[in-house]
This record gives sequence, structure tokens and C-alpha cells, in this order.
Amino acid sequence: MPRSFATSATETKTKIMAETSDNLLTAEPPRQNALVRFWTTYVFATDHKIIGLQFLFSSLIWFAIGGFFALAVRWQLAWPWSDMPIVGPALFAESGGQMPPEFYNMLFTMHATIMIFFVVIPILSGAFGNYLIPLMIGAEDMAFPRLNMCSYWFMWPAFGCMVLSFFMPGYGPAAGWTSYPPLSVLSSSAPSSGGAQQLWVLSLLFVGVSSMMGSINYMTTILQMRAPGMKMFRMPMTVWALFITAIMQAFALPVLTAALLMQLSDQTFQTGFFIPEQAAANNSTAASGGGQVLLWQHLFWFYSHPAVYIMILPAMGMVSDMLSCFSRKPLFGYRPMVYSITAIAGLGFVVWGHHMFISGMNRILAVSFMVSTMLIALPSGIKVFNWIGTMWGGRLHLTTPMLFSIGFVSMFVIGGLSGIVMSAPPVDIVIHDTYYIVAHLHYVLFGSSILGVFGAIYFWFPKMFGRMMNETLGKMHFLLTFIFLNCTFFPMHFLGRMPRRYAAPYVNESLESLHDINVFITYSAMLMGAAQLIFAINFFGSLFCGKNSGRNPWRSNTLEWTAPSPPQHGNFESQPLVYRGPYEYSHPDREDDYWPQTDPAIQK
Amino acid sequence: MNRFWSILFFSVPILAIVTFLLTQFAIWPFEQVWFGESFSDAGKTIDGIFNGIHLLCAAILLGTVMTIGWIIWKFDHRRYQSNSKAAYFSHNTTLELIWTAIPAVILIALAFVQMNAWSENKMERPMTSVNGTMVEAPPTVLVKAKQFGWEFYYPGADGILETEDDLYIENLMVVPERTDIVMQLESRDVIHSFFVSDLRLKQDVVPGMVQFAWFNANRTGDLQILCTELCGFGHYKMNAKLRIVPQAEYEQWLAELQNEYYP
Repeated sequence: MPRSFATSATETKTKIMAETSDNLLTAEPPRQNALVRFWTTYVFATDHKIIGLQFLFSSLIWFAIGGFFALAVRWQLAWPWSDMPIVGPALFAESGGQMPPEFYNMLFTMHATIMIFFVVIPILSGAFGNYLIPLMIGAEDMAFPRLNMCSYWFMWPAFGCMVLSFFMPGYGPAAGWTSYPPLSVLSSSAPSSGGAQQLWVLSLLFVGVSSMMGSINYMTTILQMRAPGMKMFRMPMTVWALFITAIMQAFALPVLTAALLMQLSDQTFQTGFFIPEQAAANNSTAASGGGQVLLWQHLFWFYSHPAVYIMILPAMGMVSDMLSCFSRKPLFGYRPMVYSITAIAGLGFVVWGHHMFISGMNRILAVSFMVSTMLIALPSGIKVFNWIGTMWGGRLHLTTPMLFSIGFVSMFVIGGLSGIVMSAPPVDIVIHDTYYIVAHLHYVLFGSSILGVFGAIYFWFPKMFGRMMNETLGKMHFLLTFIFLNCTFFPMHFLGRMPRRYAAPYVNESLESLHDINVFITYSAMLMGAAQLIFAINFFGSLFCGKNSGRNPWRSNTLEWTAPSPPQHGNFESQPLVYRGPYEYSHPDREDDYWPQTDPAIQK
Repeated sequence: MNRFWSILFFSVPILAIVTFLLTQFAIWPFEQVWFGESFSDAGKTIDGIFNGIHLLCAAILLGTVMTIGWIIWKFDHRRYQSNSKAAYFSHNTTLELIWTAIPAVILIALAFVQMNAWSENKMERPMTSVNGTMVEAPPTVLVKAKQFGWEFYYPGADGILETEDDLYIENLMVVPERTDIVMQLESRDVIHSFFVSDLRLKQDVVPGMVQFAWFNANRTGDLQILCTELCGFGHYKMNAKLRIVPQAEYEQWLAELQNEYYP
């Protein structure tokens, strides 16, 4: 519907209010059949909020599964070839409860695949993107609700393929989440590179389609469906970050899709995109050849490096909003924050070569990739300084989401700094594919992204379910997670000569001395895993017994807090009109320390 | 409680730097971490860059996270009266220019500082004099990686690699100290990676491609070659021994190998 400011704001408001309530009555006639209603409301839902929650719940379930995979990896690294507790006797009866090395390779492959493609990307873009974008820009729903529904239900074939792949020869996909050919393509080189790997590729293709549908939807919604007065530079950072993320996905995903199709074709039809001339493994010559092994790495990292930013930018946006809200202070440097996100996204497309410094790629290229990688530290640094500037001089409310946000910033500092270390190619010669890299990526992905996600769950839970989460349990969860994540990942930096993906590093005498430190890391990881039980208890407990939250428990400015908790289908009772940016906290002219974006007047 | 949280955040950089120093000086429980003492001069240069960047990182970590801890200490709302409001400012152009320009200069300087080390390690292959002209040194040893082991080929009587009389030995590489060693790396099946942490040397071995890597060990010793690119179920045990010996001993060993093949 066309909207203008020609009529006075209040007039428009009442008019649209009447229209919307009419629409609500006529557009969706109550269905007679409760079963049909259940299916259309909660299963094949077109409401962006339900879809967001669907993404949230499935991601959290996969988060638990991926976490167990990580603990199994840690078990093997601390006590190689010892009997696995609980699952060992059931799975490996013939070997007396010990995991075989192929199984170990499957474990870390699937830990990474699940965490990246089923947890972090869907929970940020899928869950929070879906839930928050329409609410924060004042729209009734997404631009394409049915496409949105498809984007969730395309995840299920992906889940299905992935689960099926565990029943294929070789315990499941085991070529690493990077799936480098020829190992991932020639089934003579690894038993899992047959059916299991094909299912893995298929699964990621479905995830890609799902993400693509999501990102088209987000871009259209943000560009076309903002409430009157919601200029681009009045959008909260969360929406900006999700917008830039959607653009990145739309540009990077086609490359991954093409590469995956080539790999699938190499596996299925014996084409030779990635198989070199006269390739052989285990004395069996490959049926085809003439391809380029490094081509896969270029294509894969052309997607997967931007994917690294896809996995952190939305968290950065949400953390910016939470820091401003709980510091009761305007976000420091709003425009530079937007520009730096854009710069990170743009530079993110020209740094993929830093994954390939020693891959055999042209060695002169390493120098240019080094420069672009170094440059990306600049906008990241600006963001950190601006977050500190946001808190400076504030009136900090150290709630659980605030603690997670501050945790995000400090862990991002550590992860970002180790990124500078490894962006130096001479240094990367040594630490490439060692535990230093593992430490770095977990500081960024767990320490930053996941802490940001936890903060966002604590922050928007009241909006999603109308109930508060328990603060005491939340703070305990933060404290234990924060301590044990550092105990787990910080010592990994020191394992700079222990190669990754070793089932039993200590059979090599040069690594024997690293055993004790690995045992320590495993104990810390187990405790970190246990700390997540507090979160599970809090989440499900608060879902049913949490304190009623009201509309705006955090006294926040953005539009979603003017809707009821949880918002009904169609979100707002009346068309929200936006009068100012999202960060007007502690304005000197006002008595209240916050000033909602929809509040028309200056209240003295 | 606000004291508690700021102490938690203060402790992050402090503990990080303290444990880091413990590892640097090999104090319990970190006697044997990192890469081991360097066996090459090029490796010492890499260590220098590595330590330099870490020093910079430590300073930034200390600066930022200590500030965060202090902000929690100072600006907790419970320290103020309930009607006291936060400062109202949204930007500071001078400050923002400063904290953009200074890191930019540091990062660009950093980029230039390390370029030489990269080219020394990966681009400038050692030269040798042939009939008075300098040419790229021919490979001393041909390394073929396979699932799950290393094959080493030395030139036979003709002094040239990849001829019929090459000498072959598995999972043991012997080289003389203080000599430029050029390796030609090939793979028989999937991608492997040749890694000797004591030499600060790593190069992926890619099927269908020929790679060259070189080093110059400055003392004798027994080192271990590991594979650092996932290559299948035996990846973790794909090691070989690298023995660095004095020149005379190397020649003797090569002669013995020659004898073994062509008695």
C-alpha cells in the first residue's frame, strides 16, 4: 500500500490501524479444522516469526549434536584408542569400544559441517534474520512469505541427506569440511568418498538453495518494506548486518553451488574437473583425469571465506544493538559501523587466497592476498574501538545479554589478533593446518559468533515467547562458558606444531610431549559442554515458567519492542511510523533514558 | 558483582599474556610447546616476525580488554544515582580518524616487513653456478608422497634425478648440514603436505603438480617430517625421519646406499 506523510501522522495511524484490523479479519478466515490450522500455523507456516523459531529450534538441536561430535573428537585426542564411554561398546563392538581412525575423520568432518552449515549460518541468518528483520523495520511479514517457508523446508532434505550419509560405507563423510579432491572424489582413496561424500554434497546443495531463498527475501524485504520514516540510516545495526550478509550470500553461493555440482559430477559421472591426469590411489587408476586439483580450493574458498563473515556479521550487528541498549547510550559511530561492515563484506571477497598460501598456488599471489587480508583487520578494529566507545561513559546494566555481548567483543579481539598473525605468509608457513588455526577459528566462531547468539537469545527471548529467561542461571551460564571456552581454546595456540586432523598425534615422537596439554583441553571442553546444560534448563524452563515480560522489558528503542510479546500474525497493531534513529538513549531533553523510534513527540 | 565482572575481564589479557610468556620461556607446564628451536636461519627470521606480531597483539589485547574491564568497573549504573544519565554522544571524528589511521599505518608496515621472508622461503630458489653462470639449483632429492608414507629418491651415479639409476629409500631422508637443499615434491595419489616444524618448512604436495621447497639446516640432528593435509585414515601416522648430518657423513651414507643398489 502506498504510504505518505501527506496526512498527519496520527490520522494515518488510525486509518491504517482500521485497515489492518479489517485485513486481519478478512484475509485469514478462521479455519474449521484444528488439524489443518495446526499444520498451516506451526509446520508449513508462512509467518516469518514461526519460520524464525523453526530455524532456531532445529539449529539448537544440531548444536547439541555437533557439540557431542566435538567432545568425541576431544576424547580421542586426550586418550587415543581408549574405550569410548557409553557409545563405544554400542558402535564399535568388534574393536572392543575403540573408535577406528576413519570414524575419527568422520567426527571432525561432521563437527565442522554441522556447526557451520546447520548451526551458525541458519541460526544467524535463518532464525534471527527471519524473526527480526520484519519486526525491526516495521513490516507485517517478509516480502515473499511462501519463499520463506520453502527456505526452511529445504533444510530438511539437507538434514535427511546428512543423516543418511552416516549409514554409508566409511561411517560417513570423512574428507574434512573443506572436502579437498582427490581425497573426496576418488573412492579408492577413502571408502567414505563414495556414497557418503555424494550425500554430503547433496546436503550442502540443499542448504545453499535454502540460504539463497532466504537472502533474496531479506534483501527485498529490507529494500521495499520498511515502515514510513525508516530510512536506510535509521535501521538498527542488526538489520544492516543481516542485509549485508544477505548480499554476500547471494554473491558467494552460486560459486559454491557450481563447485559442489562439479564435485558431485566427478563422483557420480566420473568427470574430471578436479582429478589430475593419471590420478591413482591404492593402485587403482582413476577413470578420468585432466582436471585441476587447486580449482576446487579456489572455488571453495571463494565461497567459504565470505562465509566466515556471513557467520559473524549478523552477530556483530546484534551485539552492537545490545551494547547500546544496555549502556543506555547511543551507538558510537553508527555510520562508520555500517561502512566497516560493508568494507569487511567487500574485502571478504578478495582474501580467499590466504587459505592457500602453501597450497601450491602461484607464490607471488600470496603477497597480494596478504595485503588484502591485513586490510580487513582495519574495519574489524574500527568496530572494536566503536564498541568500546559505545560503552564508555554509559550506565551499564550488566544483564546476561550484556555480559555475552561484552564477552563477544573481548573474544573477538583475541580471534581477530591471531588472524593478523596468520595473515603473514611467512608465519603461516609454520602454523598452517596446525592447532594454532583451530584456536583462531574457534575464538572467532565459538568465542564470538556463538557468544553473540547466546546473548541474542537471552535478549530477544522475551519478544519471542513473552517470558523472561532466568538471570541467575543466565549469568552462571555465561561465567562457566566464558571461563571454559578460554581454557579450551587458548592453549591450542601453543600447539602450533601439532597438525590438525590427527587421530592419534602421539604416535609421532615429535608430538609426544603435547599429550598433557591435550588432556587439559579435553577436560575444559567437557566442562564447557556441561555448562550448556544450564542454558538448556533455563531455555526450556523459562519457556513454560518464565516471568511475564511485557512488551519492552529492556526499555529498548527499536520497533520490535512496540509490538506485543509475542507479536501476533501481522506483527503490529497499527502501522509503526519512524521518527528517529534506533540509538537515542539518554537524550538530554528527555526524562526517560530511552526514546523509541516510534515516539512522535519530545516528552519533557 | 560489578567488581566481579570487571575482574573477570581484567584477568583475560593478564592470564593470556602470562601463559604466553610461560610458553615462550618453556616454564612448567609448557616445557615443550610451539615449534621447537629453529634448525635454520630462515626459520629464525620467521620466528622473529612471529614474536614481533605477537608482541603487537599483546599490546592491543592489553589495551582493549583492560579498557573493557575498566569500563565495567567505572560505568556500572549501580554506582550512580538512579536519575543519573549516560553521556550523550554518538561520534568523535578526531578520535575515529586517529584509530583508523594508526592501525592502517601499522598494518601496511607489517605487510612490507614480512615480504622478504616470504620471498626468501618460497620464491627465491637457491642458485648454483654452472660453467660460470648462475642457474636455479637442481633438486637434491625427489620426494614422492603417498598414502601413507614418504618416498625419497636421490640421484644415482649420473647425478641427475628421474633417471633409471635413481636411488630409492622410504621414510628416511638424509641431508647434509649447511647446504642448500632443494626438494622436488610430487604426490602419488591425494594431496599431502610436507611439514618439518623445526625447519619452519611446509609445502602442500599436490597430485598433478610439481612443487619445489628448499632449506638450509644450520646444525645436525634428527627431525620428523609430518603430513599436514588430510589424506585419509592413516594421515596421523604418515611420518618420516629427516636426518641432518655433516657433509662427510652424508657422502658416506649416499655411497652406502649406492652400494646397496649397485654392489
